[in-house]
Amino acid sequence: MDSRHAIEMKGITKRFGQVVANDRIDLSVEWGEILALLGENGSGKTTLMNMLSGIYQPDEGEIFEDGEPISIRSPKDAFRHGIGMIHQHYKLIEVFTAAQNIILGLDEEKMDLKETNRRVAEICSRYGFEIDPTMKVYDMSVSQKQTVEIVKVLYRGARVLILDEPTAVLTPQETVKLFRILRAMKEDGKAIIIITHKLHEVMDVSDRVAVLRKGQYIGTLMTKDTSPQELTDMMVGRAVSLNIDRPKYDNPKPRLVVSGLSCTDEEGVSRLSDVSFTAMTGEILGIAGISGSGQKELLEAITGLYPVKSGSVKVVGDDGQEMELLGKSPMQVRKAGVGMAFVPEDRLGMGLVGSMGMTGNMLLRSWRNGRGALLKKKDPQALANDILKELEVVTPGIDYPVRRLSGGNVQKVLVGREIAIPHSVLMTAYAVRGLDINTSYTIYRLLTEEKMKGVAVIFIGEDLDVLLELCDRILVLCGGRVSGIVDGRKATKEEIGLMMTHVGQEVDANE
Amino acid sequence: MSEKRTPFVRLAKRTDIDPKKAWLIRVASIVVALILGCIPMLFTGTNPIEAYSVIVQGSLLRPVYFRQTVKIAIPLLGCALAIAPCFKMRFWNIGAEGQITMGAMCATYFALYWVDKVPSAVLLVIMFLASLVGGGLWALIPAFFKAKWNTNETLFTLMMNYIAIGIVAWLQGGPWEGRKGSQLIPMFDDAARLPNLFGVHIGWIFVLVLVVLMHIYMNKTKQGYEIAVIGDSQNTARYAGMNVGAIIMRTMFISGAISGFVGFMTVSGANYTLYSGVADNVGFTAITVAWLSQLNAFAMIFISMLLAVISKGANTLQTRLQVPASISDIITGILLFAMLSCEFFINYRLIFRKKGEEVEA
Repeated sequence: MDSRHAIEMKGITKRFGQVVANDRIDLSVEWGEILALLGENGSGKTTLMNMLSGIYQPDEGEIFEDGEPISIRSPKDAFRHGIGMIHQHYKLIEVFTAAQNIILGLDEEKMDLKETNRRVAEICSRYGFEIDPTMKVYDMSVSQKQTVEIVKVLYRGARVLILDEPTAVLTPQETVKLFRILRAMKEDGKAIIIITHKLHEVMDVSDRVAVLRKGQYIGTLMTKDTSPQELTDMMVGRAVSLNIDRPKYDNPKPRLVVSGLSCTDEEGVSRLSDVSFTAMTGEILGIAGISGSGQKELLEAITGLYPVKSGSVKVVGDDGQEMELLGKSPMQVRKAGVGMAFVPEDRLGMGLVGSMGMTGNMLLRSWRNGRGALLKKKDPQALANDILKELEVVTPGIDYPVRRLSGGNVQKVLVGREIAIPHSVLMTAYAVRGLDINTSYTIYRLLTEEKMKGVAVIFIGEDLDVLLELCDRILVLCGGRVSGIVDGRKATKEEIGLMMTHVGQEVDANE
Repeated sequence: MSEKRTPFVRLAKRTDIDPKKAWLIRVASIVVALILGCIPMLFTGTNPIEAYSVIVQGSLLRPVYFRQTVKIAIPLLGCALAIAPCFKMRFWNIGAEGQITMGAMCATYFALYWVDKVPSAVLLVIMFLASLVGGGLWALIPAFFKAKWNTNETLFTLMMNYIAIGIVAWLQGGPWEGRKGSQLIPMFDDAARLPNLFGVHIGWIFVLVLVVLMHIYMNKTKQGYEIAVIGDSQNTARYAGMNVGAIIMRTMFISGAISGFVGFMTVSGANYTLYSGVADNVGFTAITVAWLSQLNAFAMIFISMLLAVISKGANTLQTRLQVPASISDIITGILLFAMLSCEFFINYRLIFRKKGEEVEA
C-alpha cells in the first residue's frame, strides 16, 4: 500500500474562546475507504471536519493531501482540493430544481442545463442514485434532498466526501440505500468520512473507525476487529452498560384517551388527521415516525398549545372519572388537578427560559404559587439544588443562565423540573436528542422509574433501536396519521420502518 | 502570496464575562466617547479641556445650574423607567412621546377647569390620576392590536405619537386657547402647580421612589417574572400557562401610565402650561437612557444625569465660548455609538496574531 494517505490531518488544534474543541488530533483516510468518525455530541467531530471543508481554519496543525501539505481557507479551496462536505442541514434553494441547485455557484463560462442534466444523469447511474434533475426541491423528500446534496458535491469533482450524520433523518430503508451508494463510491476509489454516533451504522458500513472524546483523539480501529461495546467504552471513557431495563407494570389502566384528533396549521395544511390512541398507566408509549410527521403537533395539541380542529383528549382519573382537556387553558387543566408533565422538543424556545438560571426555570411551573404579588423563590431554589445534586447538572451555579449550559445539562434541568411537578402523564419529545450516552441512559432510567410509579409516559423518539428497547408499545405516525400501534417487545425495525412511510397497506398519499 | 497567513486579528466569542468587568468596559466606553467628542470641538476651534470644564461647571458646580440639570434629568429618568418593562418584554414601545403628551393633556384639563372646584392638594391628586389613565389608555391601544392581531408595535406606537401631538396642537389653538389668537393655553393657577423641594419640583422624589419600585417590580414580582419570560420566548410563556396577550396589554398600560405621569410632572412642575411640544423628545431620549442602562433601574439614574449634564452644560458652553449647543447632540450621539459598540467587546474578544505564526513562506 502507498504510504501516502488520501487525506492526513496532523496535530490539528482548534479553540473557541476557552474551549478546546479539537486538541492535537491526527487523522487519516485512504482512497477507496470509508472511515467512520465516532464520538458523542460535543466531542469535536463536526468541528474537525469543518476544517477540512474550509469553514474553519485550524489554530495549529497541518493537512496533507496525497502527502502534499495543503491549506484550506474557504469552502472554495476545499472544492479545489476535491473535498466536499454534506452538512446535517441541507443548503438547497427550495424553488430551484435539482439541476439548478447542483450548478449553483459554479462559475462556468456558459450555463448549459442540458449538459448539466446529462452529467447529473451520468453520476447517478454510476453510483445508483435515483434522482430527477428537473424536480423542484420543495417537492422532494428529505432523502431526495440529501441525494441532491451528494450529487452536488460529486458534480464539483469531489474525491473526498464528508457526510455529517447522514442517517439522522432517514428511515431504515433509506439508510440501507444510502449505504449501498457509499459502498459504490468507495469501489470507485473515493475517500469517504462519515460522522456518526450510531454504533450499528459504524459496524455496518465503515472500514475503519476513528474515535474522538471531548476534543481528544482516542484512537483508530479496524471495524472488523472491534465491537460496539469496545467502541462505546472508548467513546465514553469508561465501561457503560448498553442495556435498557424494561420491567412490566402490573394492571395497566387507560389514562389518556385521544380520539379523532385533527389539526391544521396556519396555512390550512393538515398536520394531524384522525389520530386516536390510548396511553396506559405504567406504560411507555413510543411514538415513531419520520421527522415532521406530526409528532410535535400531537403533544402540543394535547397540552393545549396547538389549535385543534376536531377530536377529543380525555384524561381518566384514578377513580375512573373522565375529563375533557381540549378547550381548557393549561392553567385550568392544572387547577382541575390533572398533572401533565411535558418535555417539549424545543428546550430553550419552549420548555425553558434561556436567559434565566435554574431557579428562574423552576419558577416556570410554580410562579403563581403563594399569595401576593411577590415571587416565592424559596421552594424553586430548593428544587433547583435537588436537581443539581441528583442529576449531576454541571453549572457554575443555580443562577447561571441555562442557555449557556451544554445540551445535556439543559435537558437535565428540563426533565428534572417536569418530573418534580405532580403529574399522571409525562410527555417527552426527542428527550435524548443531542445528549451523550450517559445522559441518555439517565433519561431512560428516569422515564422507566416514572412508568413504574404508574405514570403514563409518551416518548417521541427518533432512534428505532432505542424505541424498541425502551417502549412497551410503539405508535407509528406517517404524514399526520396513525399507521399502526405495535408491541415494543415483538416488533422489528423493518416493520416499523415500513409503517413510517405507509399508512396501512396503501401508499402514503402526501398532500 | 503566502496562503498560510492567519489573519492579524481574529474574533472569539466570549463564553462568559464577569459582570463587574462588563460594567468596567461600559464605563471605559463613556470615557472613549468623551475623548472622541473632542474632535468636533477642535473643529470649531475650542479647547476641549476648557469646553469640558465649562460643561461640568455649567451643569453641576453652581446650585442654580445643578437644579436645572436635575429638572432635565427627571423626565428622562421617569420615562426610561416607563419604557424598561416594555423593552424587557421585547415590545418596542417608541410611543412614550405620545403617552407623555396624553398624560399631560388629561392633567391639564383638570388644571384648567377644576381649579376652582377643589382644594389644591386634591386637584393635584386628580391631575396625577388623570395623567396615569390618559397615558395608560393611549399605550393600551397599540398593545390591544398587538395582542389581538399581532400588528407591528414599533410603527403603531410611533404613529400614535403624531396623533397625540396633533390633538394638543388643536386644543392649543381651539377650545383651550387662552387669549384669542395667542395659540397658547393659559398658564396654570398656582393651585395646579407642583410644590418645590430644595428648589426643584417634588417630582424628583417621586422618580427616585419609582426607581426602587420599578426595580422591585421587574425583579421580585410575579408580573415582572411574566414579563421576563415573554421577553425570552413567547412560546415558553404559553407553555407555562401565561396569557401572553393580556400580559402585553397590562404591561403597556403600566408603561403608558408612568409616561403619562412624566407628562403631568412636566406641565405641573416645569412648564405650568401645555403645548404640543410638551414631550420635547424625552420619549425618544429615554430609549437611549433605558438601553444604555441595560434596563437596570439604578443605572438609569446615572445615565439620565449624564445626558442631562451634557445637555445643560452645552447651553452654558454656547453662552460662554460661543460653541453651538448642538455640540451636546453630537456628544450624546457619539456616546450612544460607543456604548452600543462596547457590547460587542463584552460579547467578543479579539485575538491578535502571535509573532511565531505569522510568517509561513
